[in-house]
Amino acid sequence: MFKRHFIALFLGGLFLLGLPNTVLAADALSAGDTAWMLTATALVLFMTIPGLALFYGGLVRTKNVLSVLMQCFALTAMMTLVWVIIGYSIAFNTTGMEAGVTNFNSFVGGLGTMFLSGVTADSLSGSIPETVFITFQMTFAIITPALICGAFAERMKFSAMILFTLVWSIVVYAPVCHMAWSGDGAFFWDLGVLDFAGGTVVHINAGIAALVACIVIGKRQGYPETLMPPHSLTLTVVGAAMLWVGWFGFNAGSAVAANGSAGMAMLVTQIATATATLAWMLAEWIKHGKPSILGAVTGAVAGLFAITPASGSVGPMGAIAIGFLSGVICFWSATTLKRALGFDDSLDAFGVHGVGGIVGALLTGIFASESLGGQGFGDGHTSIGSQFGAQLISVIFTIVYSGVLSFIILKVVDATVGLRVSQEDEIAGLDISLHDERGYNY
Amino acid sequence: MKLVTAIIQPHKLDDVRAALNDIGIQGMTVVEARGFGRQKGHREVYRGAEYVVDFLPKIKLEVAVGDDLVERAVDAIEGAAKTGNVGDGKIFVATIDQAVRIRTGETGPDAL
Repeated sequence: MFKRHFIALFLGGLFLLGLPNTVLAADALSAGDTAWMLTATALVLFMTIPGLALFYGGLVRTKNVLSVLMQCFALTAMMTLVWVIIGYSIAFNTTGMEAGVTNFNSFVGGLGTMFLSGVTADSLSGSIPETVFITFQMTFAIITPALICGAFAERMKFSAMILFTLVWSIVVYAPVCHMAWSGDGAFFWDLGVLDFAGGTVVHINAGIAALVACIVIGKRQGYPETLMPPHSLTLTVVGAAMLWVGWFGFNAGSAVAANGSAGMAMLVTQIATATATLAWMLAEWIKHGKPSILGAVTGAVAGLFAITPASGSVGPMGAIAIGFLSGVICFWSATTLKRALGFDDSLDAFGVHGVGGIVGALLTGIFASESLGGQGFGDGHTSIGSQFGAQLISVIFTIVYSGVLSFIILKVVDATVGLRVSQEDEIAGLDISLHDERGYNY
Repeated sequence: MKLVTAIIQPHKLDDVRAALNDIGIQGMTVVEARGFGRQKGHREVYRGAEYVVDFLPKIKLEVAVGDDLVERAVDAIEGAAKTGNVGDGKIFVATIDQAVRIRTGETGPDAL
């Protein structure tokens, strides 16, 4: 009889040892979290190649399709190396950082993790391997400069784009990433700013750089009188769909865990994107008499950009509001505002993307409120007014920081290799001029 | 020998081909073209930017025929391509100075 009890206890003990680590210890590796984050990383990479590549590729003229694909692919490769060599350190090294203390390391991380020094296969970042966290964040560092390409499409030199991005990713992207996400002591973090998946870090950062870039580089020849319709809206729609699906990795993955926060992030992402799609369709239907597929997918991505910072703080009804407002506001900024201001943002990198990010970052301050179905304010905030204020500070800071530095980098690159291709090259098309290739050979 | 060139609506190509077959004309060359005469273009809108597109898709069809068949060929094309709407197209007849069948070297009407 004792033997039976002993066997039962022994088997029970074995069973307890076999339970997932989340049950036993908080700081140990969680298989569930890790499995999700491995997947999320793949989803976010998929957003750039081929998602964004096709989305943008279909929007340009036939003679420039390869130049866009090339930019996305090359940036993926280059940013991978930049990230592991120096980007990750600047973004996430926490040397010298202390909660509530504002110093140099509140804005820029230390260089102690350059070349991923100290990182091993067993290093942990929270409940997942640090290697997974590094790669996940890398995919964000990849897509952000790729988004900027939309502004100067069809006229920027490939070498200039590479140089610009190389410098920009180190002095603009990584620091803003650090300010938002590196933890206690970081500038935005200590202000209690809510930026779950990159409203400031990705969308405003890239959107403002895009605006500055398209103004500095100038309009395409023939813009705006010449007909420049998308050469393949079918590719664009395929790309947009890939962005939508991949975004679950972007937003839900920013929970860095397989838990309720990730689940809610996924849900609000879906809701906001769907609502924004309908909002743009409706706006277009009213204004032009017919809804278009380009309008529908542009509305969708506007919703995706806007819900990004909010995905960790708002509830489903807040997501509807954010989706609707971003759809309508971005419709206005990408059409009416853009034509009124006269700049040639070829693929609306600022008009949809930058504006969407700004709208989302600000609305996060409102809809995080539990009274509006949200999940609560950031640390130190107890009212919509104060949270909105923090959001506003982060938005304005990012706009100024990215704007000024992007301008300087562009001017330096212009003085060295030159930003823009020659007039003949632009007319012949970048595919032939820069890459000796044609997209379609039939 | 005459070269009969016809600009027609794309959706009428099959009817015209059948009509030419019926009078014994087998070979022809077809080119996808764009153009307009009195027909109005259409509107396209991309992210709020409205364009008026004047050039409309057309089919340009060419048949080389002997002088004895020209009138019947023109009538066949006209009858088959007509819809009664603006944009039906036009037919032109030009004289051919010389024709050669590449495979055999035959020249003149034998080459047609």
